[in-house]
Amino acid sequence: MTLLHWAIVSPFLFAILIPFLYKAFRNVHTGWFVLLLPVALFAYFFQFISMTKSGDTIKETLEWMPSFGINFIAYVDGLGLLFALLITGIGSLVVLYSIYYLDKKKEQLHNFYVYLMMFMGAMLGVVLSDNLIVLYMFWEFTSISSFLLIGYWYHRERSRYGAQKSMLITVFGGLSMLGGFILLYLMSGTFSIRELVMQSDQLMTDALFLPALLLVLIGAFTKSAQFPFHIWLPDAMEAPTPVSAYLHSATMVKAGIYLVARLSPVFADSGVWLWLVGGFGIFTLFWGSFNAVKQTDLKGILAFSTVSQLGLIMSLLGVGAAALHYTQLDDNIYMVATLAAVFHLINHATFKGSLFMVVGIIDHETGTRDIRKLGGLMNFMPITFTIAMIGAFSMAGLPPFNGFLSKEMFFTGMVRVLEMDIFNLDTVGMIFPVLAWVGSVFTFIYSMIIVFKPFTGKHQPEKLDKKPHEAPLGMLISPIILASLVIIFGFFPNILSERIIAPAVAAITPSLIEEGHAVEAHISFWHGPTPELFMTFGVILFGILLFLLLPKWRKVYTWIPERFTLNSFYDGGLIGSERGAYSFTKGYMTGFIRTYLVYIFSFFIAVLLFSLWFKGAFAINTEELAPIGIYEVAIALLLVISSVTILFAKSRLTSIISLGAAGYTVSLFFVLFRAPDLALTQLVIETVSVALFLLCFYHLPPLSRHEERMSFKLGNALISIGVGAVVTLFAISAYSTKLFDSISSYYIENVYEEAGGKNMVNVILVDFRGFDTLFEICVLAIAALGIFSMIKLRLTRGKEG
Amino acid sequence: MEIVMAIVVGILITVAVYLMLSKSLLRIIIGTALLSHGAHLLLLSISGLKGGAAPLLGEHAKSYVDPLPQALILTAIVISFGVTAFFLVLAYRAYQELGTDNMDQMRGNEGND
Repeated sequence: MTLLHWAIVSPFLFAILIPFLYKAFRNVHTGWFVLLLPVALFAYFFQFISMTKSGDTIKETLEWMPSFGINFIAYVDGLGLLFALLITGIGSLVVLYSIYYLDKKKEQLHNFYVYLMMFMGAMLGVVLSDNLIVLYMFWEFTSISSFLLIGYWYHRERSRYGAQKSMLITVFGGLSMLGGFILLYLMSGTFSIRELVMQSDQLMTDALFLPALLLVLIGAFTKSAQFPFHIWLPDAMEAPTPVSAYLHSATMVKAGIYLVARLSPVFADSGVWLWLVGGFGIFTLFWGSFNAVKQTDLKGILAFSTVSQLGLIMSLLGVGAAALHYTQLDDNIYMVATLAAVFHLINHATFKGSLFMVVGIIDHETGTRDIRKLGGLMNFMPITFTIAMIGAFSMAGLPPFNGFLSKEMFFTGMVRVLEMDIFNLDTVGMIFPVLAWVGSVFTFIYSMIIVFKPFTGKHQPEKLDKKPHEAPLGMLISPIILASLVIIFGFFPNILSERIIAPAVAAITPSLIEEGHAVEAHISFWHGPTPELFMTFGVILFGILLFLLLPKWRKVYTWIPERFTLNSFYDGGLIGSERGAYSFTKGYMTGFIRTYLVYIFSFFIAVLLFSLWFKGAFAINTEELAPIGIYEVAIALLLVISSVTILFAKSRLTSIISLGAAGYTVSLFFVLFRAPDLALTQLVIETVSVALFLLCFYHLPPLSRHEERMSFKLGNALISIGVGAVVTLFAISAYSTKLFDSISSYYIENVYEEAGGKNMVNVILVDFRGFDTLFEICVLAIAALGIFSMIKLRLTRGKEG
Repeated sequence: MEIVMAIVVGILITVAVYLMLSKSLLRIIIGTALLSHGAHLLLLSISGLKGGAAPLLGEHAKSYVDPLPQALILTAIVISFGVTAFFLVLAYRAYQELGTDNMDQMRGNEGND
């Protein structure tokens, strides 16, 4: 294990220590100890920047299951490093924030930080693994730890509901992703992403390519809350706010983005990939921002806003894939989309993290997150208001914040879709800029709602549980740092571009960087009077107009009735499948033994008849048959008559005696077919059996003693005739196709020489095949012991002794 | 002769299955007993019913019937007897404890439903 491996698993190891620290130092908030680790990790990963800037990568292998090709390969390149820095950096800030947010006396801090560290380690594992199976393992760790964190306040029903929902959806996606990975392995013979990228040309032509692509995309879409899998994210807002800020805005929901970006070199040559990633992304952008305006809960707005921004990044990655088809790098204007995706990824993490923290502060200081109850907080919380304003204006895409820059680049990327002439983009591609623009208008509206509804307007102290006041300084540190980053990245975007963005873009589109070219990642503040700028003006203009007229057109949201929402489909589907499974099981598990026998016999008939017919196995060969004798026929008639009598017997005594008659007839058969030992045994045993039957008959309960004929049931008759016919057909067919002679000549020749006996059957029973006899004796012994204990042991009815 | 035996066995099994599908416990056990008769006869006849002496070397015959299926049937008879005896006593105890032999009434108790 190298230092890099230790760094990835260190959060897991540290999580073991947390409960001990919690118990040992009750007076110190456990978060202070936890804070050390992400800060140290951030510093550790920070030193890789100079390495990735020059285009180098690190690859360290730790053997895990080498015979299966599954090894823990830690791989650091621009993309992995960008995510690692986000995870550890925002992780540090979130831990710091949570120290002030969570009360050390009231909350179960050891649980919280154990889950949080588990999550951080899992996330680092996802972004720094080169092996797909290891990536999948860490991926499911993020699902599990996210489940635990959402259900942190497990006594609330909404928390449990949200946790279950997110678990079901993300694990569904995770499993289908695993299927995609296995298909990739079947095609290429490797689990390593590096080697997959090298083979991407051959993979394209494989029949399994498209299924693998779809399955992997389902995994990425569920994790990153893309339409229609976004429904778990708003319900995950029941988690404590630091968790929402960390998992559900900055890191976990970007795991899907990471996966799409990471596997772009493998899949992106395909038009299906471009359309799915781009199309679902752009529609998610629109749908998320459209629904965010409807929400009244601040965290609900932020949840849908996250959905929408993730859709934005996803659509940029999809459109960026088109860059692969225009290979001359020097004037590759399509690269701008990938560039914008990476830049917006960073920007979103900064402003969304700070906004969640702001909402947490409002919740913490006023006791509610409902915008209908909040208002006029500006005077009480000036610092919080400033942070909220910076974050929300950046989200809306206003200058001079970083959101403005990435939104301009976003529009650039979307407008350039129109110039592409591949995969029908020149015709249907029109939806990209249109939806992008409409989504941005809604983004502007809900950003304004976040700023102006709680902080301006009339203060309503009677609706609040607490008297609002400014948050403690410790709680403000993290959002202040994030808000400062928003401004710094806004004014000086190029401190990022050379060091972080360019290597990340190089990792997403490696085939374009072959000839030692560097990625042109210069982000300029002013492009001149371009169409993008006018689009932004239009967004602001229409945004302001619609925000002011919001009460007038709110009715739009009632157009879609509650029944047709995705949530009600999910709930209905869950309840429906539970009910369906219940009634299905209830339907065929009747509890009557007769029903199950019907299933078994029907299956027997169907399968055997089908295979007999399908294989054409039925044959009649009359050459080998023994001649029909008069005695045999007479006895056969006797046997048939006695057994059929059982069916028509009115009293049970008759049926028992008929059974005895059948048994004695069978022993007569044994006599005729020259089997003296069998005849002897059959006679004795039939006698004992009939005696036993009579015993049972005698002890029939007097009340239900009904001497009546069996009522005729057609279904039963058909099934039993079927079984009998199948057995007859098989017997005739088997006899007619004898493949080789019996081995019995050996027994006949050697029974005296080798074993010293003249009765062949007995010598076979005790000498040649004595083992059978041993265990047959065991069977009898067990039956006898069982009968004895059944009669003697009476534990169930204590009162009878 | 083997075809005749196959048909007889088919009839035995038909009757046995019909009895096993009935409601009375005693009839079900009678059905299993008939089923084992059918199986034994099938074993005997499928190996061939050609003439030959009984499998005793003292007969000094030219050919004997096949001794191996007879040994198998003997084992099967004893085992099916053991199982039938056990079932019968089980049914007898069930009569005693539950007071019924109707399979439709033996469906576990309410708590297990």
